[in-house]
Amino acid sequence: MKIIVCLKQVPVKDSLLKIKDDETWVHEDDLSYEINESDHYALETALRLKEEHGGEVVILTMGADRVREAIKQGLAKGAERAIHINNESFTTIDSNINAKILAAAIKTEQPDLILTGLQTDDYGSAQTGVILAEYLGLPHAGIVMEIQKQEGSIKVKRELESGWFQSVELPMPALLTIQSGINQLRYATIKGIMMAKKKEIKQPTLSDLGLSESDVAPGSSSLKFQKIYVPKKTKQTQFFEGDPKDIASQLVDKLRNEAKVF
Amino acid sequence: MAAFKGTDFYQFENLLSDEERLIQKTVRDFVETEFLPLLRDSYRKGEFPAQIIPKLGELGLLGPNLSGYDCPGLNNLAYGLINQELERGDSGLRSFASVQGSLVMYPIYTFGSEEQKQKWLPKLAAGEAVGCFGLTEPDFGSNPSGMRTRAEKTDGGWLLNGAKMWITNGSMADICVIWARTNEGVRGFLVERGRAGFETKTMHGKLSLRASDTAELLFENCELPEENLLPKTDGVKSALKCLSQARYGIAWGAIGAAMACFEEATEYSKGRIQFDGKPISSHQLVQEKLAYMLTEITKAQALVFQLARLKDSGVVTASQISLAKRNNVNHAIEIARLARQVLGANGILDDYHSMRHACNLESVLTYEGTHDIHTLILGYEITGTPAFS
Ligand SMILES: Cc1cc2nc3c(=O)[nH]c(=O)nc-3n(C[C@H](O)[C@H](O)[C@H](O)COP(=O)(O)OP(=O)(O)OC[C@H]3O[C@@H](n4cnc5c(N)ncnc54)[C@H](O)[C@@H]3O)c2cc1C
Repeated sequence: MKIIVCLKQVPVKDSLLKIKDDETWVHEDDLSYEINESDHYALETALRLKEEHGGEVVILTMGADRVREAIKQGLAKGAERAIHINNESFTTIDSNINAKILAAAIKTEQPDLILTGLQTDDYGSAQTGVILAEYLGLPHAGIVMEIQKQEGSIKVKRELESGWFQSVELPMPALLTIQSGINQLRYATIKGIMMAKKKEIKQPTLSDLGLSESDVAPGSSSLKFQKIYVPKKTKQTQFFEGDPKDIASQLVDKLRNEAKVF
Repeated sequence: MAAFKGTDFYQFENLLSDEERLIQKTVRDFVETEFLPLLRDSYRKGEFPAQIIPKLGELGLLGPNLSGYDCPGLNNLAYGLINQELERGDSGLRSFASVQGSLVMYPIYTFGSEEQKQKWLPKLAAGEAVGCFGLTEPDFGSNPSGMRTRAEKTDGGWLLNGAKMWITNGSMADICVIWARTNEGVRGFLVERGRAGFETKTMHGKLSLRASDTAELLFENCELPEENLLPKTDGVKSALKCLSQARYGIAWGAIGAAMACFEEATEYSKGRIQFDGKPISSHQLVQEKLAYMLTEITKAQALVFQLARLKDSGVVTASQISLAKRNNVNHAIEIARLARQVLGANGILDDYHSMRHACNLESVLTYEGTHDIHTLILGYEITGTPAFS
């Protein structure tokens, strides 16, 4: 079974975020990055499937040079090789563009299964996986918690709202978006880290993928960031002062005339 | 508390390769998620959390700078970073790994026969076996060449008599590297647990390094076959060669403990309000402490990064390692004590780390050559005159 896992690098969870002057994004220079949480679980799920059924796990990621660290971590944990679409200019918020690029890379690979995280910890749109499935013309299931491989198909358990689950069977190839926390993540071992040094990291260009700059330029996006801001405090607390009688009458006045509760 | 980020004021991280960075990050995460949750309970009980041993092995943290025999063959920079991250958790954890790797696996690797290496190194690397190193005796600490433990040659083997004290991992050990006087000078021997005439006694009542196993080893007419001699050992200098390995790791480890304390004190000082609604971090005397901590951590890092290069290029000297051990442990304990002060009364609770590190570092200051003995080693290096003999 050939499994592609899409990994994204996102700012470390408790980062101190500083908003840029033009209010369209945060300053990235002083951020540290880590693999997106649910992507970790997608990778772990893929490695377990491979260990049980044989095959290979290929990491697919896009982004600047810094994502090499995420790739190496995935390779060290046991993925066989990686594809890194390296281009600063299309680190975009548009899941549609991201999915288009990822789809172009996946088409060259013909995998049996594609796993993505449910959503990313930065934009949190939970769209890339499902749009990607559409571009590839593949069936998909979202918020997956368990996968059982069967002859030519897979059975998955999906998480629904309020403690409900759903069991779905899909033909392969298929795409699944994986929920966080569904298994125990492994550590990269020292040996794994040293072995990862020799594993292949392919860096296809856009034209290798049959895409052009205009397909992926931020300008081609149908989404635009209007403004990013720190939520403003809107609730106000007012303290009454004076003796209890005074306070009580002020309170009654507020309740009657402002809150209009009686 | 926020996850530990490490202190890197001078961007030493830029000197690391992808692999070195990943190794550091992995060990940091491992200590945070697997070790620290076990620690408080272990420390209170005065025990090493032995359930961590197979995990250390699985990750490859035991003897990581040795090659072959299932060891990953890391360079000494990566090895140093591992020690730093382990000791950020607790000196007891780093001590376990130092003893296993530098004081048990290293001598078997360096002075052992091929059979000894094949038999023990893979098991020790995997954490399936635990080792200890017995040099110190009740009456001989700083001056191990005075040791009384004796191994007499017999037909086909050796007869071991004597006692070792303060032996880390001693009661847990499956295999002990024991240094004993023979007619041909001091030699190293392998003694397996369970041999007739060999007993261990756990040492209790420690106020330092509580999450570590420390024991006495007693040998009374303990018979050893010839194959238990480490054939290439040759005098106390062989034992000292092992200590150089471990001291190198300690120089790194102390920085980890210091970083944990510095980070804890910094964070605490920003949140603790005293006098006129101001955080204590705004008071000059607190800032002075934090500035001292950052300065000494940064200087200590500069020492070990260069020391790693010297060691990797095979030119490092024992006295260069002495300088780093002496300096880094000395400042680490000072940093831990100051951090404890910044935490006020809260600092004496085991909800916080600094006092535990300060207590642990009392042992680290003493073992592997006391602070003063390293002073004398440097004095000898500078003047050519030994003050200790
Ligand atoms: C927790 C712990 C774990 C340990 N683990 C191990 C282990 O695994 N294996 C092992 O073999 N040993 C181990 N040790 C022992 C350790 O290495 C010794 O304690 C150390 O070498 C010091 O010896 P000592 O305690 O006998 O002190 P002493 O040698 O009695 O020294 C006492 C004081 O006198 C000073 N002093 C001694 N000689 C001189 C001199 N010539 N000039 C000036 N000052 C001097 C010392 O600096 C020190 O301050 C451990 C110790 C501790 C505390």
